[in-house]
Amino acid sequence: MKGNEAIAHAAIRCGCDGYFGYPITPQSEVLETLAIEKPWETTGMVVLQAESELASINMVYGAGAAGKRAMTSSSSPGVALMQEGIAYMAGAEIPGLIVNVQRGGPGLGTIQPSQSDYFQATRGGGNGDYNVIVLAPASVQEMADFVDLAFELAFKYRNPAMILSDGVIGQMMEKLVLPPFKPRRSEEQIQAECPWATCGRKNGRQPNILTSLELDCAKMEQKNLHLQAKYQTIRETEVRFENINCEDAEYLIVAFGSAARIALKVVEMCRAEGIKAGLLRPSALWPFPSREIERMGRQVKGILSFEINAGQMLEDILLATNGRTPVAHYGRMGGVVPTPEEVIQALKDKLIK
Amino acid sequence: MKEEIIIAGFGGQGVLSMGKILAYAALVEGKEVTWMPSYGPEQRGGTANVTVIVSDERISSPILSTYDTAVILNQPSLEKFEACVKPGGTLIYDGYGIATPPSRRDISIYHIDAMDAAAEMKAGKVFNMIVLGGLLKVRPLVDVEDVVHALRKTLPERHHDLIPLNEAALRKGMDIISPAE
Repeated sequence: MKGNEAIAHAAIRCGCDGYFGYPITPQSEVLETLAIEKPWETTGMVVLQAESELASINMVYGAGAAGKRAMTSSSSPGVALMQEGIAYMAGAEIPGLIVNVQRGGPGLGTIQPSQSDYFQATRGGGNGDYNVIVLAPASVQEMADFVDLAFELAFKYRNPAMILSDGVIGQMMEKLVLPPFKPRRSEEQIQAECPWATCGRKNGRQPNILTSLELDCAKMEQKNLHLQAKYQTIRETEVRFENINCEDAEYLIVAFGSAARIALKVVEMCRAEGIKAGLLRPSALWPFPSREIERMGRQVKGILSFEINAGQMLEDILLATNGRTPVAHYGRMGGVVPTPEEVIQALKDKLIK
Repeated sequence: MKEEIIIAGFGGQGVLSMGKILAYAALVEGKEVTWMPSYGPEQRGGTANVTVIVSDERISSPILSTYDTAVILNQPSLEKFEACVKPGGTLIYDGYGIATPPSRRDISIYHIDAMDAAAEMKAGKVFNMIVLGGLLKVRPLVDVEDVVHALRKTLPERHHDLIPLNEAALRKGMDIISPAE
């Protein structure tokens, strides 16, 4: 199964209430698979092709405000269009899932794989002081597994969550064990779990108001302080990463998503040549595994940030190591995917010398 | 066991589906697989290629620059991928699309006239299954029975009547592949 197809199947199986999307390469198989599977006939999940990405994200906003598990998916330029809606969701603390199967940019760019939306995903992307929880799958299996995880995190923290994938993982086919089937929540369950949701006022309770607008700046600052405290909790509890061959590593490659797969091969090639290389793969990009990178930085002679972009995660690694460890970057842009040979050469040229 | 394969030719020849069926058959046998297409603004007649990796262990990079085996179905793909076969590796090509045959001496080169055989069978669409049969003869990665099972799983049911023809094409490919002179 393709990574994009895995997303669609996982959505149906994790009790997703609604998908709203607009086709764009290289993620169109998400909507196509949902159209083939017709979940509205089985689980009752709504699948709707909206007229644009702006409409899609605002439908996710609306459904999420009612406590529903709602999602959209797109690729880079489409996700750029959605940023207003995502910022509004963050401000109004509305949970929801956005999947970005990245392609080369900037602008309309290319349709081939890229990881150049790292900044957009991990820095908020829209206006204001906010963060989106960002998961980075590196396999078709994780494309499926991260759908439910993203919804769980989104509802736990009342915050938008994003799966930041790319054209390689989206288009690639691999072995996959589909997650177990989980029914959609009933209205009663939603009202019990989401007392903030705007799903109809009964029993004389006060109306729930979900908005990112607050004209009183003192109140708006309080709102921001609340958000920042929440983000700090997320930073402390939701760091996710995988360490491969790091115990005795002298050189560390940090890579996520498809780049982490290429880096895994580079580590194998290094070990075969007697170079003690290890891989640290963040499977969440926000929050970022800064402490682990700082710790590894004290152990290794150098860190290579390998990303399919001009060097974005590089900045988070530089912040984590704070000048204590030599850090270099290697990447390609515009939809060109580097080969393992290029990366090992970069590691040698930039760090081992 | 790990085999890294590139299959390359014209769009519409069944390059991607051949890779998919091979990958599925390996999956049926419990192996780890990845199938990574080159995708772009491509169409029938353009170039298409797919990287298939079959392994007993967790697969690292789906993106490669050298391969154990290359299946080459047109001249531009031969020019692009002949140099990418690892020394001691295997290259299979269909004679129909090739004006300048491969010339390396450090790899095993096989020749299969699958296009002609498909025309003889009056079934152009099984071209890719003839090639796959040839590949499995020289690189027995999966059992033919599992390929047939994969066909049953990957073909829509309305095309299941074509499975015997596809099986015959696989056997044909196994018969006609030969080492290049």
